[in-house]
Amino acid sequence: MTSVNQEPASQEPASQESAELMTSPDASADLLANSMGEYLRIIGKRIRSGESGALPVIVGLVAIVIFFQVKNSLFLSAGNLVNLMGQSVFIITLGMAEIFVLLLGDIDLAAGFTAGCGAVIALWMMALGDPWWISVLAALAATAAYGALQGLVVAKLRLPSFVVTLAGQLGLSGLILYLISATGGIGTGGTIQLHNSIINDIESGQLSPAATWIVMMVIVALAGLFIFYGDYRRRSSGLVAPPVSITLAKIAAMVVAAIIVVLVANTNRGSALVAISGMPWAVLVMLAILFLWTIVLGRTRFGRYVYAIGGNAEAARRAGINLVRIRTIAFALCGLTAGLTGIIWASYLGSISSNIPGGQNVLNAVAAAVIGGASLFGGRGKMLHAVLGGLVVGVINNGLQLLGLTASAQLMWTALVLLAAVIVDRLTRRGGTAT
Amino acid sequence: MTVNDAEPLLRLRGIGKSFGPVRALSDIDLDIPPGQVTALVGDNGAGKSTLIKTVSGIWEPSHGEMFWQGKQVHFHSPREASDNGIATVYQDLALCDNLDIVQNMLLGHEVRTRTGLLDEITMEQTAKRTLADLRVTTVRNIRQPVGSLSGGQRQSIAVAKAVMLDAKLVIMDEPTAALGVSQTALILELIGRLSNRGIAVLVISHNLTDVFEVADRVAVLYLGRLATSGPISDYTTDSAVHWITTGTGPAAKGAVPQTTEG
Repeated sequence: MTSVNQEPASQEPASQESAELMTSPDASADLLANSMGEYLRIIGKRIRSGESGALPVIVGLVAIVIFFQVKNSLFLSAGNLVNLMGQSVFIITLGMAEIFVLLLGDIDLAAGFTAGCGAVIALWMMALGDPWWISVLAALAATAAYGALQGLVVAKLRLPSFVVTLAGQLGLSGLILYLISATGGIGTGGTIQLHNSIINDIESGQLSPAATWIVMMVIVALAGLFIFYGDYRRRSSGLVAPPVSITLAKIAAMVVAAIIVVLVANTNRGSALVAISGMPWAVLVMLAILFLWTIVLGRTRFGRYVYAIGGNAEAARRAGINLVRIRTIAFALCGLTAGLTGIIWASYLGSISSNIPGGQNVLNAVAAAVIGGASLFGGRGKMLHAVLGGLVVGVINNGLQLLGLTASAQLMWTALVLLAAVIVDRLTRRGGTAT
Repeated sequence: MTVNDAEPLLRLRGIGKSFGPVRALSDIDLDIPPGQVTALVGDNGAGKSTLIKTVSGIWEPSHGEMFWQGKQVHFHSPREASDNGIATVYQDLALCDNLDIVQNMLLGHEVRTRTGLLDEITMEQTAKRTLADLRVTTVRNIRQPVGSLSGGQRQSIAVAKAVMLDAKLVIMDEPTAALGVSQTALILELIGRLSNRGIAVLVISHNLTDVFEVADRVAVLYLGRLATSGPISDYTTDSAVHWITTGTGPAAKGAVPQTTEG
């Protein structure tokens, strides 16, 4: 293991005045700053040089939202916003699946159909009378195993993931047809219906307004404590840490966001006769996946190695990292998350059919991840990026539908936004330092 | 070959390496004493890189024996060599630009807490202490990505990483090749500090000024063979150039007196 050279630091590295302010798109500003003023200066400097992490997406998202709200005042209504969340969740979760492989510099083009196959397995088993949780676990095991297989082929044979997963996309779209016809009487007309109320409620059920308040406040309190305690420990150990004011500002922003979400979710979006309010389960499911995968990528060895391989595979190999194992696990987690997406998707549709647009969904998901700020070339990206990018894609689809535009316009507008995101990304990198 | 008072840290005997019909190295006998800087010099294609790749476990030698601290060893992978205390700082540095300094320094040797999650605090303290020990003070913030550092800083980080893992021998491939004057001085100073700490350094260099400034011993390779080796005081710049270009000493009879200036 790591053994440290004795004698404590004889002198603190002090002379730093001369060093210019090094910034880079990947450096977290709050770790580089020593005070609120410096923090704002770093952020300002980055915005001027066009490298501001998640900021362009958030600004873009706000701009698009304002545009649609001006065009149609129904856009920001509680009913439409909740509807939008439901439509975006499976783009977001599939985007999170892609993040695992995008970080390695790979791609999984089969994930849309992996999701479809997972949904078919789960719905088929439930139709045969298995409990919902056994069906879901079996589906997830199957999709994770398929992902691992793809990863193993890519890593062991050193094949480009683009081609391997393209083959996977073709193969799985055929497998779905086969599976649904093999169900016999269950999959009538190429469609398996969902008859389980728990799975159905992911997209169409919601917490009570009181429960919404409690759950969101508990989440915020835990996250706030987690952040505050983490920064406190760094500060008291004399390590690089953000100043207290920034820690508090972050927590405050989170609280405000949570309150807005709760207020929107708790507004009655039903009719005068049947009131509907409360947080949709789908949002909680999405937040849970976001939390779990953020920990996996940010706080585990596996996550660290994924970033290392994406940054410099040769350096990772020399550091003793088993590239085949890490790649296989990353593809397996991508498959697992795709399986979860399939379940959410089946919940949204109320069924799963053989003519699912698995190819288009996966491209939307990759677009979401890239729009959100993940790199197609590996090494850069966070789970949060899939959420932000997925919201952009969801808002565009929802807004254009609301304006009465057809699918053709939706596709072309999404294309333009994706292109804009990639251009912003490239310009940002060119402006970046020393890489 | 060489006269040693103490047991050498690394002893090579008859090391040869062939790639198919090509003999890249033949019959190398070389001793690396502990705590000294040994410079490995030679013209392009003389076999310098092949030799260090053989020592650092990337390639296995085709012939000969290697003794590490008196015991015969066979390294099958770079990991085995580094576990034994031989760390190699490659020309391309093998750093991940997207990871910060702490993450790079502890890559592959992460510390975890009882929960199984990464212990960032311990890792940052470890990295900080090593950098302070080596007086690498030019980096402003050890949480900045390595991609934003200058060439000399990156080199320092790569060396610090090797030292942190308790290396007894640090092998450096052309550490100053891409650096400016002040950065070169920084790295040479760092090499001196390693040997003061009792760490042996084997450094490949094309730059004889650097070699004479920092090395205690020199070994000259010529067409895959060890032409000469010994304490740096036995050589002058002129004689070293002669050895490098002709494979023979300046005084040797019959040697072609061609001093192609380098």
